[in-house]
Amino acid sequence: MPKTLTQKIIQAHSDEAVERDGQIAQCRLSLVLANDITAPLAIKSFRAMKADKVFDRDKVVFVMDHFTPQKDIDSANQVLICRAFAKEQNITHYYEGGNCGVEHTLLPEQGLVGPGDLVIGADSHTCTYGGVGAFATGMGSTDIAAGMALGETWLKIPSAIRVEYTGIMPEWLRAKDLILMLIGEIGVDGALYRALEFGGPVVDALPVEGRLTMANMAIEAGGKAGLFPVDAQTKAYCAEHGRPEPNFTLAADEGAPYERKVIFDVTGMEPLVACPHLPSNVKPVSELADTPIQQVIIGSCTNGRISDMRDAANVLRGRKVDRNVRCIVLPSTPEVWKQCLREGLLEIFMEAGCVVGPCTCGPCLGGHMGILGDGERAVSTTNRNFRGRMGSLDSEVYLASPVVAAASAVVGSVAGPAQL
Amino acid sequence: MNYKGKAHKVGDHIDTDAIIPARLLVTTDAAKLGENCLSGLEPGWVRRVRKGDILVAGRNFGCGSSREHAPIAILGAGIPVVVAHSFARIFYRNAFNMGLLLMEAGDDAEKIQDGDTLEIIPAEGRIRDATRSLDIVCPPLPESMSAIIAAGGLVGHVKRRLGKS
Repeated sequence: MPKTLTQKIIQAHSDEAVERDGQIAQCRLSLVLANDITAPLAIKSFRAMKADKVFDRDKVVFVMDHFTPQKDIDSANQVLICRAFAKEQNITHYYEGGNCGVEHTLLPEQGLVGPGDLVIGADSHTCTYGGVGAFATGMGSTDIAAGMALGETWLKIPSAIRVEYTGIMPEWLRAKDLILMLIGEIGVDGALYRALEFGGPVVDALPVEGRLTMANMAIEAGGKAGLFPVDAQTKAYCAEHGRPEPNFTLAADEGAPYERKVIFDVTGMEPLVACPHLPSNVKPVSELADTPIQQVIIGSCTNGRISDMRDAANVLRGRKVDRNVRCIVLPSTPEVWKQCLREGLLEIFMEAGCVVGPCTCGPCLGGHMGILGDGERAVSTTNRNFRGRMGSLDSEVYLASPVVAAASAVVGSVAGPAQL
Repeated sequence: MNYKGKAHKVGDHIDTDAIIPARLLVTTDAAKLGENCLSGLEPGWVRRVRKGDILVAGRNFGCGSSREHAPIAILGAGIPVVVAHSFARIFYRNAFNMGLLLMEAGDDAEKIQDGDTLEIIPAEGRIRDATRSLDIVCPPLPESMSAIIAAGGLVGHVKRRLGKS
């Protein structure tokens, strides 16, 4: 019987025969992840379970990225709990301080997640790893504690939605626009309890960094995972990132049982923006002229990779950020930061009048390093624009690609690069 | 165990930042998180709640982040049950793991009005709206969830597997 990509990957990690959607299967885990917000709770549950040791010290990853550099006494104390546990368990992959980056950029970059893996993380954007052909999904801290103790979890096999992109990519259209297009179409619960499987000629040509951007936001449609096939693009990415190049390709079978198909023709489309206060509230950028802004964030697990930094720099080169805007650029890992330095991108950002900051999740979740005051409005390359997400309950967040964010910073209101 | 309390209604797509804003996730203490329950929806929202009251929501309740602090904040506010049209996936798992009972009522959730007195009979999947003399029956829990609840939550379930209980 033909199988979806979701069914194939789960089957490879389970001893039970995966026969139908909705079935519950016990699965072996390739990797378990937690961060500075979710690990302390996971450790609490791990202790309560009377577990002594993590199942594999190489397969439990802690990344202290959300409030780094520690924003206050309480957040610093949370990191102390994680650091002590990591030492006690002799955890190999513990990231804090200078080696720390935004987890969902960091793990694929370091080759810690790869094709065919089954990963759970105590962070909803764990679904990002679908970009390298892994089945990856977010769970809460106690589920993660169970994974840390047992190396297993239970999964309900989700039904899958096939999403295809065809046509010719316009000059300023990016991966972010492709995923916003989908969320705008199916809504924030359009993929609830389901997996998204992406394909079509536009996706075939899309490098892995763009795929990671798209998979990252599967959860914004309620999805359990967002999956891309393992193909030549994936192999090229693995080769560059210290991951043994897979000797297999992996894709859904011809005639796989999809619940529905959604097809987009991207020809002639203009960049999109998700307006407050839901990621599904999507409009073409040209409809939002005369929307003044006070902040721009370029970074995060959605759009903080080197290709995103290059995109932003190309728009900002030789231009100035509007006087009424603070434009904050946060390359999302130390490797991305160093590459920006080597390529001269940091100089472009500084000459344009940006603030260049550390590798942190900070402002995306209203933590620190770029918080909105009452009535302020931001264009951000992050993934959520819920009310109060970036600060005041009276502030607004508009989600867009790095080219739109950079153009908006220059214009001082929501704008696309074609409007410069 | 059955529950009885006053209904507090909220809307569709109530996200985890509304349930407990991320800047407050610097503690794992239920009482502290409970003091700020739904403060991302309305500052001081929790002041209307008396212990044992029931939250009633629309579609996709708990969408957004994986923070387990969200069900903990609801429990910390003294709310033992959430009734909704539907729940976001990660929140659904987290709630059961933490011992917060969820009732997925579909379109019938709309029939409940703010301030109604509700009785919840989990064994029958039944919500009785005493104010409106109305009975709503929810689909039975998946077996995997029942097994976790029978073990007193996921912590007890894993403890048993590790041979520690």
